[in-house]
Amino acid sequence: MSAAPEIRAPRSTSQTGRVAPQYLRSGGARGQFEMLAWLFMRLSGIVLVVLIFGHLFVNLLVGEGIHAIDFGFVAGKWADPFWQFWDLAMLWLAMLHGTNGVRTIINDYAERDSVRFWLKVVLYAATALIVILGTLVIFTFDPCPVIDGVRHVADYCPAP
Amino acid sequence: MPTKPAGTLYRGREGMWSWVGHRVTGVVIFFFLLVHVLDTSLVRVSPEAYTAVIGAYKNPLMALGETGLVAAILFHAFNGLRVILVDFWKSGPKYQRQLLWAVLVIWLVAFAGFAIRHLSLALGGH
Repeated sequence: MSAAPEIRAPRSTSQTGRVAPQYLRSGGARGQFEMLAWLFMRLSGIVLVVLIFGHLFVNLLVGEGIHAIDFGFVAGKWADPFWQFWDLAMLWLAMLHGTNGVRTIINDYAERDSVRFWLKVVLYAATALIVILGTLVIFTFDPCPVIDGVRHVADYCPAP
Repeated sequence: MPTKPAGTLYRGREGMWSWVGHRVTGVVIFFFLLVHVLDTSLVRVSPEAYTAVIGAYKNPLMALGETGLVAAILFHAFNGLRVILVDFWKSGPKYQRQLLWAVLVIWLVAFAGFAIRHLSLALGGH
């Protein structure tokens, strides 16, 4: 009859006086990256609750709601830097938050290395495209465009 | 030896199902976000192009879709705040089940308020 073997906790230091190398949490940029991604999800999440609730309230619940949304509605909002930066912050934070969420899901369910790699390539390409496109649209937007020599007519546009 | 997994604090309970709900709603919101940035980008093409596409969001079927999307957003938002409490509040893990029930009650109230207002605007004669 031998005594039951001692089962130590993974990071126990009782035997050797230090944590076994495979359980060390520091070291390597990768460990740091995952912690920062975890923290980003929580911080951006709080900000996104405010930004998206405000977005839904102003666009869907005030006045005529969805019926009021047309080109002039967007032009009216983006004439104001406040809403430009609101929408810019929403675009960037929501896209990074969503991309990191989908990255986590890919890591969880795609078992083959090559499948995981290519799914993430597609994900990051889509994210870059949407973020760059959205940012350009917000900052190059012209509420009174001239298309094929014809100036858009609206009450907020200067008289031709 | 038990033939089936014994009941745990997590499997098949509030913790697991809220995690499933958070994932599913997160994916739904992400794909809508991709489409939503693309449709909004049409303001850069022409006023007519944007107004035509946004007109598609104003039919009754889309109104139901928007209501479902907001249901997903509200759950993801409130459950996300619950996750933050579980992670950062020292009693969070102890009360995670009660927090989920609080999330569901707040979700129901917020969703009912949104659905009544949005559907009466979207489906009401205009």
